[in-house]
Amino acid sequence: MTVEIISSIVMSVLMILIGLQLSVFLLYFERKGSALIQDRVGANRAGITGLGKKLGLPNLGIINTLVFDPIKMFTKEDFVPDGADKFLHTLAPFLALFPVMITFVVIPFGDTISIGGHEIQLQAANLNAAVLYLLATIGIGVYGVALAGWSSNNRWSLLGGIRATAQMISYELAMGLALIAVITTYGTLDLQEIVRGQGGVYFGWLPRWGLFTQPLAFIIFMTAGVAESKRVPFDLPESESELILGYFTEYSGGKQAVFMLTDFAEQALVAMLVTTFFLGGWQVPWLYRDGFHLPGGAFIVMPALAVSIAGILAFLIKVLALCVFLGLVRWTLPRFRYDQLMRLGWKVLVPLGLINLLVTAFLVVAAGSAS
Amino acid sequence: MAIWLFVFLAVISIVSALGVVIQRNPVHCLLALVLTLLALAVMFIALDATVVGFLQIIVYAGAIMVLFLFVIWLLNLQAETGPTGGLALKFFGTIATAALVAELWMFLLRPHLKIKYVGEAAGYGSLSVLAQKLFTDYLVAFEATSILLLAAIVGAVALARRPPTQRESAPGSLS
Repeated sequence: MTVEIISSIVMSVLMILIGLQLSVFLLYFERKGSALIQDRVGANRAGITGLGKKLGLPNLGIINTLVFDPIKMFTKEDFVPDGADKFLHTLAPFLALFPVMITFVVIPFGDTISIGGHEIQLQAANLNAAVLYLLATIGIGVYGVALAGWSSNNRWSLLGGIRATAQMISYELAMGLALIAVITTYGTLDLQEIVRGQGGVYFGWLPRWGLFTQPLAFIIFMTAGVAESKRVPFDLPESESELILGYFTEYSGGKQAVFMLTDFAEQALVAMLVTTFFLGGWQVPWLYRDGFHLPGGAFIVMPALAVSIAGILAFLIKVLALCVFLGLVRWTLPRFRYDQLMRLGWKVLVPLGLINLLVTAFLVVAAGSAS
Repeated sequence: MAIWLFVFLAVISIVSALGVVIQRNPVHCLLALVLTLLALAVMFIALDATVVGFLQIIVYAGAIMVLFLFVIWLLNLQAETGPTGGLALKFFGTIATAALVAELWMFLLRPHLKIKYVGEAAGYGSLSVLAQKLFTDYLVAFEATSILLLAAIVGAVALARRPPTQRESAPGSLS
């Protein structure tokens, strides 16, 4: 019992730290990766001792983006505009960040691992209704941006807040429909069970990932996820050419940094969710508990601990790859117009999600009655 | 549910429910209502009614309250200053409140309400049990409700539709 409680606490902290680390990676990728994509030099200043230069290493601007930028942000004046609702203006960034952070804890990042005779679940909170939990926390996340926009006493902010709220509610629907199709396929609301259900292969070689069983749901969920995290091409709430910065126009210093962190954390969360539902979570293709069963009949034995660690690494690699992919999308596509955004959400994604759900339900029932 | 958890959640829900009626700024009232709903949802979850608890958060706290927020913004409601309502309103308000309190008091004192919580079979609040009940015992009520909701959706779409002439006059409009 105590081992379970301790491991659960450790896992929660670990999971939130992974989320924060991914956010830091995304912050760096935002600076340097975008420069790479747009053929610029990007952040390259402010090494501390010049040591790297003496050794002939290129200055990647790691220290100024990851150390000095945050220090600068958190030591800036914390400005609250005249006539703003002071209490809500201060509360809003944290209301935005909190739901994202608590969502990380339900994501399984590995199968069980046995240490010292204890079977430990590599998941901080094993809820049997985890899918509902994530929909609930994502739904609560709307308040942060909505109230940030309203409490700033600024029309750009309010417009940004309203846009963000309408967008998030619209795309939540598509997201939910895609998830229902996945739930119907795997027959459970438990994320760990959904990942376990993605083990094994079809036709002797194709992994049973959600990507292959639910390709349409994958596209819908990915699109809705990007829209939900308010990134380009769906960054209408903060479109700087029209709304200055949207709902966080009137934020400065640390609170603005919290909003930026929320954006990055949401992107990391979307990557983790897509990995869990569609890329097989911690599953490595053809790797089972006892080792690799390669297509063609070859078999490589692996110790149990190595299998567990390979699972964790596979999860992290998939999430990182998806983060980079989302970054590529962000720096490649132009922004939608607001009516296009709403049309895509309501007239394309929602009907597609419904059709997908209908077909999935039909196939599941047909498969159930056939067996 | 442990007693300390119940006391904690009860205090939060009562204080925030008071906040809904006492505060003058409608947005603050709305936030207090969200807090009340969240505390109730956690109470449901602590009573093993997990699905009901999460649905309460998704539907009420996540969707309906956001709709309320939109309505507040749309009507541009400001914080009310000064006393609200006339003397007559206060008079009848007091009488109505007293009647409600008396009624609740009498209802709660009735002997058959002093029931001890005995607990249900494990997993009674899980989705599979809920769905089983919903699609067997309560199928007619469930279908009737879904028809009602469908009618409401169709009605909302019909009301929100712009007349065709207006649409033709503004080709490629951004709205």
